[in-house]
Amino acid sequence: MTMPYYVAPEQVMKDRAEYAQKGIARGRALVGTTYDNGVLIVAENPSNTLHKISEIYDRVAFAGVGRYNEFDQLRVAGVRHADTKGYAYSREDVDARSLANVYAQYLGQVFTHEMKPLEVEILVAELDPVGDAHQLFHIAYDGTVADEQRFTVLGGEADAVTQRMTARFVQGWSLREAIRACVAGLQGPNRTLQAGDLEVAVLEHGPWRRTFRRVSDEEAAEMLADGEQVEATRPSAPPPGEPASSGVGPPAGDTGGAPSPDAPAQ
Amino acid sequence: MSLPLFPFGTDPGPSFTELLRRTRVGGAQPGPGEAPEVTSTGRLPGSAAVSMPGVAHGTTIVALRYDGGVVMAGDRRATEGNMIAHRSIEKVFPADRHSAVAIAGAAGTAVEMVRLFQTQLEHYEKVEGTRLSLEGKANQLGQMVGANLPMAMQGLVVIPLFAGYDLRLKTGRIFTYDVTGGRFEETDFHATGSGGRDAKNTVKLGYRDRLGREEAIELAVAALYEAADEDTATGGPDPLRGIYPVVATVDAEGYTRLEDAEVAEHFSNVLERRRQQGEVGEHR
Repeated sequence: MTMPYYVAPEQVMKDRAEYAQKGIARGRALVGTTYDNGVLIVAENPSNTLHKISEIYDRVAFAGVGRYNEFDQLRVAGVRHADTKGYAYSREDVDARSLANVYAQYLGQVFTHEMKPLEVEILVAELDPVGDAHQLFHIAYDGTVADEQRFTVLGGEADAVTQRMTARFVQGWSLREAIRACVAGLQGPNRTLQAGDLEVAVLEHGPWRRTFRRVSDEEAAEMLADGEQVEATRPSAPPPGEPASSGVGPPAGDTGGAPSPDAPAQ
Repeated sequence: MSLPLFPFGTDPGPSFTELLRRTRVGGAQPGPGEAPEVTSTGRLPGSAAVSMPGVAHGTTIVALRYDGGVVMAGDRRATEGNMIAHRSIEKVFPADRHSAVAIAGAAGTAVEMVRLFQTQLEHYEKVEGTRLSLEGKANQLGQMVGANLPMAMQGLVVIPLFAGYDLRLKTGRIFTYDVTGGRFEETDFHATGSGGRDAKNTVKLGYRDRLGREEAIELAVAALYEAADEDTATGGPDPLRGIYPVVATVDAEGYTRLEDAEVAEHFSNVLERRRQQGEVGEHR
């Protein structure tokens, strides 16, 4: 009979963390930030159908980086959690904080008890219905939660992107400024991202109950192209180039989280 | 609540009712969408008006097609037997962006059914990333009505009317239901509830192909007026309290509820026309 090898708990945790970090670092980064009318999330994602950013509930959005199947499972679970809660209690009782805690519990549980940790990092964002105290909860692979009011970066090269964002962040900036800063932050000095390489969505104040809206490639391209003169003065952020001529963008009229009429039954 | 995750093979998919059953939220009530357990051999009551004491009933709802979509309207009265239970309940709701649902029957059960239906449609949309087709939504509602059959057997009948704009066919469509969940598509218009017959006849006489939006709204309002004129359980316009029927349209742009002032204006048009035609003369 062979004796099982003894492995120190520190070593186990370190190995798991390394494994998860490696998986996450392979993926492209994602930035979430607040702006003057809500919350903006920008991800580098060439796919138009496999989303990294999604709607969870009226004022709550989800974004994930890492392994698609793992964060998509978390996304669906989040939708289920929110819809069940909103149905059992009331729509206004659904909030990002409680969802973030539930996610953190689950990720922490998997990290310590399962063989393989989840190779994901997720963002749960909530729009403040009245003011601008929006919330960004950043949940790491091991269940660590951080809440941010300015911006947060997930995924590969997060540190570099964070540095670039810190340099440009302005409290209460406009959507146009915010989106350009996020793209500049994501692309870095040596690359140029087109609108077709991006997935952009917002939680915005408006007349609708459901505040989540996907920003189409055309709209994003327009906002990026318009800032060319300003961008050109910054050597670290090359102009975004031609507006995306992508005809592959999602049909303008059919955003996944298109606003639906107000006034729920209750 | 912990994160609702399901072991491989038991995932409820995009169905919210299935999810509720798996997570056991909603207490002892039989989950809507559950196969109805018909244990009672009692007969179905003849109409929604045969009621349990103390249960509020909603009454007349009407829907008709026009060239750009559908109009749906419902009065605001709920009755308990011969008493007025509420003067301002609402019976017309947005189901999602491009469809509307209206209810007649036991008000409590009906409103709850609408709430579940709305959640179901939105849940599907979020989980799947696409919307259900109009046909798919109509079938979903049919299953919910069917699941209510045991309750209907005991007098809590709920008969919804479902209408929406079909984005694929580019036209408004209207669906009606029977108590077993049977789903039937109407070609142009329909009305249900206790004043439904009067409302339907009014629409029938005034209907023609490719009505404009304003004409269709006026016809729906006239139908409710006639229903309230003949049926005690249907409420008419109440200028004193400022309570007017809910009138909504669904077109390519989505669900729009008319402002009360607009509805009031349509009512005064209808009344003015009646006056000119001398229809109230006999009581002078």
